Order: sequence, then structure tokens, then C-alpha cells
Amino acid sequence: MSTATVNNKNRLRSAQDMKSDAKRNNKRRINRTLKYALLIFFVIIVLLPAYVLFITSFKGTADADPSRAWYLPQTWETGGWAKAWTTLAPSLGRTVILVVPSALISAFLGSINGYVLAKWRFPGANIVFTLILFGMFIPYQAVMIPLTQLVSDLGVPQGIPSLLLLHIVYGLPICTLIFRNYYATVPDELIEAARMDGAGILRTYGSVIFPISAPGFVVVLIWQFTSAWNDYLFAAFFSSGRNGPVTIALSFLAGGQLTDYAASMAGALIASVPTLIVYILLGKYFVGGLMSGSVKG
Amino acid sequence: MLKRAKIWGPGVLLLAPTMILVGVFVYWLIIENFRVSLTNQHTAKPSNKYVGFENYTNLLADPNFQHSLWNLLILTIVFLGGTLIFGFLWAWILEQPAKGEGFFRSVYLFPMSVSFIASGVVWRWLLSSLQTSQPGGERTTGLNRLLDSVGLGAFQNDWWSNPTWGIAAIAVPAVWQLSGYVMALFLAGFRGIPDELREAARIDGCTEWKLYRHVIFPQLSPVMLSAVIIIGHMSLKLFDLIRAIVPDANTYDVQVPATMMWVKYIGSDYADAAAIGTILLVLVAFVVIPYLWYTSRAEKR
Repeated sequence: MSTATVNNKNRLRSAQDMKSDAKRNNKRRINRTLKYALLIFFVIIVLLPAYVLFITSFKGTADADPSRAWYLPQTWETGGWAKAWTTLAPSLGRTVILVVPSALISAFLGSINGYVLAKWRFPGANIVFTLILFGMFIPYQAVMIPLTQLVSDLGVPQGIPSLLLLHIVYGLPICTLIFRNYYATVPDELIEAARMDGAGILRTYGSVIFPISAPGFVVVLIWQFTSAWNDYLFAAFFSSGRNGPVTIALSFLAGGQLTDYAASMAGALIASVPTLIVYILLGKYFVGGLMSGSVKG
Repeated sequence: MLKRAKIWGPGVLLLAPTMILVGVFVYWLIIENFRVSLTNQHTAKPSNKYVGFENYTNLLADPNFQHSLWNLLILTIVFLGGTLIFGFLWAWILEQPAKGEGFFRSVYLFPMSVSFIASGVVWRWLLSSLQTSQPGGERTTGLNRLLDSVGLGAFQNDWWSNPTWGIAAIAVPAVWQLSGYVMALFLAGFRGIPDELREAARIDGCTEWKLYRHVIFPQLSPVMLSAVIIIGHMSLKLFDLIRAIVPDANTYDVQVPATMMWVKYIGSDYADAAAIGTILLVLVAFVVIPYLWYTSRAEKR
């Protein structure tokens, strides 16, 4: 904030110094007003669904009607929230048990893979990398039928255990990609120096690479956390309302013909809170990491 | 030779678990899925009779499946077009440092953190074409009502309950959700353009438009390509949003291959489900393989 004001002052002063004609200043002011008007207009558009979600979650049954979607509640009620909470609470617990380990494990494996592919290259490493990467883009529908068979043949129980396995496996390609791009920016000399000191592949990882991996881990963990938390496709095929994650429970709460709108809107908010918190707290790092990754592309 | 193996060996060994997992869970299963799609396993009872490409020809001749391909095309065009337009516009506005830039960026990005299932809850309402009869006569609902009250009543429509264009309504929440992500990609692209390049162009007397036409846009094209690939392949796979907005799984109006595959799976028609999966894979591969080839080539240079 303080740097922003300093910058602004500098800009103002240099504008004065230049004694540029008033016309240009005027144009700039119009441009700026237009710019903020546009930005605020889009903020309103983007927030509209969130507004409806929020106010409807506090409405009573009769009040929660699509024709009254834009109006504030006649009376603020919390019945919807209570119902949504009791319906979703068990699945929320299961989702945490699913999402945290799967994010940690695939991030760790991705970090090792990215390190090998960026800094400990072997002949054919590029081909191997491309083959792994392709796994990130496949539509999972193209493996789903035999996958259900394979998972049951392996004896992995339906519900959280199956989903844990699947999120780790199918998270590997993107984790590997992000870490490989991240480690590509690490100077080779660091690795060489460790090698000269006689450190092996794991020692080098532990002493040189891992300690500087925090930014990569932040991006990968956020990514994996959100995509596993929000997954519905695997959950639909490998779990039920009884043993599934929160997306499944929410789809049951909100589906059907006689929907309790207040409760389903409250449920949608409850189910979104963890990922929202992650974005609000860590979104900056996420965008930063995304940028470093995509610029390298 | 042995010495080299000693250098490469540990790396290959560390990579081995991932190579095995990806080999089995991606490549072997793709082959296995293709095998199932060539059988007549149309019921839960195991059946392995080889029928060649019969399932594929039947599917492609099925008006339901043809319609789902049409829907997929419309969905992808609107989804891609929308996210690129809004993503670029927002990045372009936010490109110059501005007060509160972080706030705007966060707001535009936040829908991405929400699951399609959760956002589908509210979008199902907003895109409702229901007319509820309340005391006081026929009342429109959701977005239609909003459009009505701000004087844009002409834009009211029946959203996803239209068999030909209804799928475009499904793309609205998808655009809402991912424009921020495309914005972040474009912002990264803008930041990657060195200031000297712009200065040089300005000193050479480039107009703003020429600057964009000859300097900025060419520099942004790799980012744009990434955005097209990412959004395009998401669109081909889109499943949960449609399931969340349209409760009836078997609906014809907004069926896409991904949801039709689910319907076939629920009906234990594993061969047809596998065939749809393979068709989707081929569609994605058309987009992704040239891209992967291009990026690995670009990196070598």
C-alpha cells in the first residue's frame, strides 16, 4: 500500500515536471475513470452469483424462490445453514482426510520427478517427460471403465481409499510439470558444486534442492488441494453418499425435485469455504507461481 | 558405459514409480478401454465377444450422440471465446500498475477456487427459465428477472432448456469460473514482455495500435496457445457443471459425450461407455499432441 502511494506521488511529480499540456492530463484522467468504472462493473458481475448464494442461504422456505432471487431475505433465518451443516459435516471430515494426504504425497513425488527431469537428466528424459505430461490432458472418461475394474481388482475399498489413490496418481503429471519448470530456473552450478563434493542424487536433493522448493510446493499444494477438494468425476464413479467427499454430499443435497434452496445454497458455501480461504490467503503466491510456470511454458 | 549408467541410474530409479504408475493408469488403461469398446459388453453380465468397430459406427449414427457432439462444439466455442475475451480484457486493464490491482485480481480469480458442483447450485437458479406464478401475475426468475428489471428484457431467454443453443447457457457459468485463470495467464504474458521492447517501439514512432499489432500480440501468442489448450481440453471433459445445473442425467438438450458416457455407465453399457471415452480421447489428442510436440520442440531450440 505504502509503495503504491509513493509511486503515485512520483508519477504526479514527474507529470508536473514535464509540464505536459492540460489536454493530455485530462485524457489520462478520463482514461483512468473509465478504467475503474470497467473494473468495478466487472467486480459486480463476478460477485452477483456469490450475492445470490449468500442471501438465499439465509432465507426461509417460502422466501427462497427463484423469482425472489435478487431480493434480501424478508427475515434472516439460519435454518438452511443448520440443515446444510448436519448433512455435510460427515463428508467434510472425509474430504479433509482425502485431500491433505493426497496433496502432500503427489507434491512430494512431483518434486522428486521434477528434480530428476530438470537436473539429473538421462537419455530419453524429454520423451519420458512428454509421456508423463500427456497423462495430465487425457479425459478420464477414456480410462474410467477399466479403471473401476482395476481398482476393485487391486482390492482398494470404494470411497476415500480409492479416491486417495486416484488423486495421487492422476495428480503426478501436473506436479511433475510445475516442479520441473520451477527447478529449470535453478542454476546448474549449484547442483554441480554438490556433485563435486561427492553428494549423490538424494543428498543433493535434500541439501540443495528441497530447501529452495517452498514456492514450488505452495503452487502445487494449492493446485492439488483445490482440484481434489472440488473433484466430482472420480467421486461419482468411486464413492457414494455414504462414503464420498463433500461434492457428492452436496450434489445429493442440491439435486432432486423438492430442493431446499436455502439449505443447498448454504451447503454450496460451506463446501467452498476451505478452497476460498486457501485462495484468499495464498492466491498471491499461486498467481506468482503460475506466472513463472507459464512464462516458461 | 557402466560409468554412465551409474550417473543416470539413480535418476531413472527415482522416476521409476511414477513411470510405472503413469504407464499402468494412463497408457495401459487406454489400451484396455479401447479393447472393451470393441466388445459387445452392453450389460452388467461379462461378455467379451469381439465386434470390431460396431459400437463406434452405431454411436456415430445415433442422433443422440450426434447431438452431444454438436453441443460439445457449441460449448467449446462459447467457453473458449468467453474466457479469452474476458481474460484478455481484464489482464489488459490490469496490466499497468494501478491502485487496488491486487483486489481486482483476487475478485476475478476467486470463482476458480469454487467447485462446479457448488457454483452449479446457484447457476441452476440464475439460468432458470421457469415462470413462477405468484400473487401479482406471471413472474420471471433468476437472470431473466434481473435483465427485465434493468431494462434488458429483450435478452431474456429460456437458457439451457433449448435443444439447439441451450448448451451455450451452460458455458456462461464456465466462462464466469475460468476467465480469471485466463486473465492470470495473460498477465504473466504481459509481464514477460520487456519494457525496453515497448520503449523501442514507441521511440520508433509506433502508434498504440501498431505497438499491439506488431509487438504485444506476437509476444502473447504462446500464452494464448496455452490458454486455448487448457480451456479447450477442460471444455471437452466438462461433466460436473452440467450434472449440477441440469438434474436430469438423461436430458437431451444439453447432453455432451462426457455426460452421455455417464448415462451409459449407469446403464451398465460398458462397451458404449468405453467407446465414448475413446472418442473423447481422440478429440483431446488432436488438440494436445501437436501442442506437446510444439512445446518440446520449442524447448530444444
